[in-house]
Amino acid sequence: MRRAVLILVPYLWLLALFLVPFIIVLKISLSDIALAIPPYTPTLDLSEGWAGIKAFFGALDFENFWFLTTDDLYWKAYLSSVQIAIIATLLTLLVGYPIAYGMANAPDHWRPTLMLLVILPFWTSFLIRVYSWMGILSNEGYLNQFLLWTGLISEPLTILNTPIAVYIGIVYTYLPFMILPIYAALERMDGSLLEAAEDLGCSRLSAFWLVTIPLSRNGIIAGCFLVFIPTIGEFVIPSLLGGSQTLMIGKVLWEEFFNNRDWPVASAVAVILLLILIIPIILFQRNEQKNREADG
Amino acid sequence: MPEKIFEPWNDPDAKPLIQFKGVTKRFGDFTAIDNQTFDIYEREFFALLGPSGCGKTTMMRMLAGFEKPTEGTILLAGQDMAPIPPNKRAVNMMFQSYALFPHLSVWENIAFGLKRDGRPKDEIAARVSEMLKLTRLEKFAKRKPHQISGGQRQRVALARSLAKAPKLLLLDEPLGALDAKLRQATQFELMDIQEKTGTTFVIVTHDQEEAMTVASRVAVMDDGKIVQADTPARIYESPNSVYVADFIGDVTIIEGTARRSGDGYEISHTEGLPALYAVSDAQLSDGQRVFLAIRPEKVEITADKPENKRNALRGKIIDIAYLGNISTYHVALPSGQIVKAQTANTRRLSRRSFTWEDEVWLSWTDTAAVLLEH
Ligand SMILES: Nc1ncnc2c1ncn2[C@@H]1O[C@H](COP(=O)(O)OP(=O)(O)OP(=O)(O)O)[C@@H](O)[C@H]1O
Ligand SMILES: [Mg+2]
Repeated sequence: MRRAVLILVPYLWLLALFLVPFIIVLKISLSDIALAIPPYTPTLDLSEGWAGIKAFFGALDFENFWFLTTDDLYWKAYLSSVQIAIIATLLTLLVGYPIAYGMANAPDHWRPTLMLLVILPFWTSFLIRVYSWMGILSNEGYLNQFLLWTGLISEPLTILNTPIAVYIGIVYTYLPFMILPIYAALERMDGSLLEAAEDLGCSRLSAFWLVTIPLSRNGIIAGCFLVFIPTIGEFVIPSLLGGSQTLMIGKVLWEEFFNNRDWPVASAVAVILLLILIIPIILFQRNEQKNREADG
Repeated sequence: MPEKIFEPWNDPDAKPLIQFKGVTKRFGDFTAIDNQTFDIYEREFFALLGPSGCGKTTMMRMLAGFEKPTEGTILLAGQDMAPIPPNKRAVNMMFQSYALFPHLSVWENIAFGLKRDGRPKDEIAARVSEMLKLTRLEKFAKRKPHQISGGQRQRVALARSLAKAPKLLLLDEPLGALDAKLRQATQFELMDIQEKTGTTFVIVTHDQEEAMTVASRVAVMDDGKIVQADTPARIYESPNSVYVADFIGDVTIIEGTARRSGDGYEISHTEGLPALYAVSDAQLSDGQRVFLAIRPEKVEITADKPENKRNALRGKIIDIAYLGNISTYHVALPSGQIVKAQTANTRRLSRRSFTWEDEVWLSWTDTAAVLLEH
């Protein structure tokens, strides 16, 4: 009985915070646009009883999903989002792993401070931090001023409003999500394993590949998911730093909702986005399952 | 077993495999190894014995290359080891904590070192299955380290370090987690491997019986120093200090003052009791404070005063430790000193001749006890 209650808690949580909103969005995505408040039809009218429910379900259709296939903007936006998210995740991994590694190998008394430094940016608003990147990356920004001053360049570099700025923004914003799980995995690792590997003939580098990387694998996977998933739907960073060149589905979603006020199409975009995200999660789960079975 | 004539340490022409020359290791201002100079010879089975924290693992880690001596040099086959990294040394170590790779199966753990050497696949497979058989792990080859018992893990660690058949094998408490039967079997297996491969072994153990069984020489350590390094028999029969005598086996120490007499010394220990006598070639001055070390099995216990023995003491049995094949009697002298005497239990327990509170005589021969200066 107690167990049942304990298991029920996370399921209720999931139901309230994930499933219910999802069903609402799904329902809107199956509706039609209307000049009304809310701006779609049908709405469920229970006062008409059974007939009302029937009419309600009868009016739902997949028209909006069909519409998404007619304009190549949408699939291009999805594809470019996935692409940007993959590249950004790899970049974050490339930057985050050495930092996590350094933290895990730092003297014990340094670690709490380093940890604090990693989390510190969260103490200021996300929006302010992205805005300040505009100040750094723009043509007259600090970075260009500095590079011009050192004489490395003679013309200011155009970074803002290019994909590079988006990558910088994403790596900067999501770095802690990459560092923390990898750090947790590395910190748990027993140092004598590396000694054992060296003793058995590994160089430092091959010991790193054969022991450190496999043992931090779970941290790497967790970090990549924590970066990849929010990045796909990212809206603020591409719209502030990416300019009109960068096509991301988060921006399309925003425009459908607020510029076109087409809630049903926007919802359809969101539902597809969710489906795209579910695929890697399922793959991840499968992989874990397989590992567990191989172990068992 | 016939006595082997293998004593390279007594042969002035023998070339040592390992030479410690004035090796000191400090961690901060703590001295873990204190200015040690000694040699280990090829094909030796060198056992390090000593209390926890005396520096045994540190010694091993310097040999494996994980610690650099603060002072002094370590030579392997005449070559200074300092610049050679661990992966380039023909040395393998079995770690006290096992250090098994958790993400690899038992099979892959054992194969790890062989693969690094780039040996052909079938050779690796053959070697691994040989090792699995030796350590009786065939059934567990596919399991991960966390899916086997502590003793099995220890055997995997042993198999992994043996697999590469190194010139020098360092075993840090290799058999501690095994049950008595398996431990004995593995000890003989180790000796067998050593005989077959000619590998030199340095082994750390807390089990002195194990050290006595397997070792060609035993080094007794205390506080970063080797107090005595010698054959098991000599360590046991002629320890060079009270520390060694006390550390290896059971012993009774009687303190007294020495006076030269014949081939040895008379030792007066308690007012009003006749002096004890021990044959010894130690050079002692008259009246010097000395310690007499007597092994319990060399002490005879009788009901009546033994004739023609110079070393005879009277006391009362205060404790009997029954160990199955033998019993150890703790006899208190009138001065309060406890002397231990051991007898073989050739008869059934119920027919034992002595019991608690019995007044008995203890005696030993002139050559039974060892005279020690410190
Ligand atoms: N990296 C280190 N830093 C500081 N002190 C150390 C370090 N390694 C070992 N020591 C100290 O050196 C001494 C010897 O350690 P060592 O591990 O060699 O002991 P040991 O003889 O192997 O003991 P045990 O039988 O418990 O394994 C200990 O007092 C230990 O605290
Ligand atoms: Mg140790």
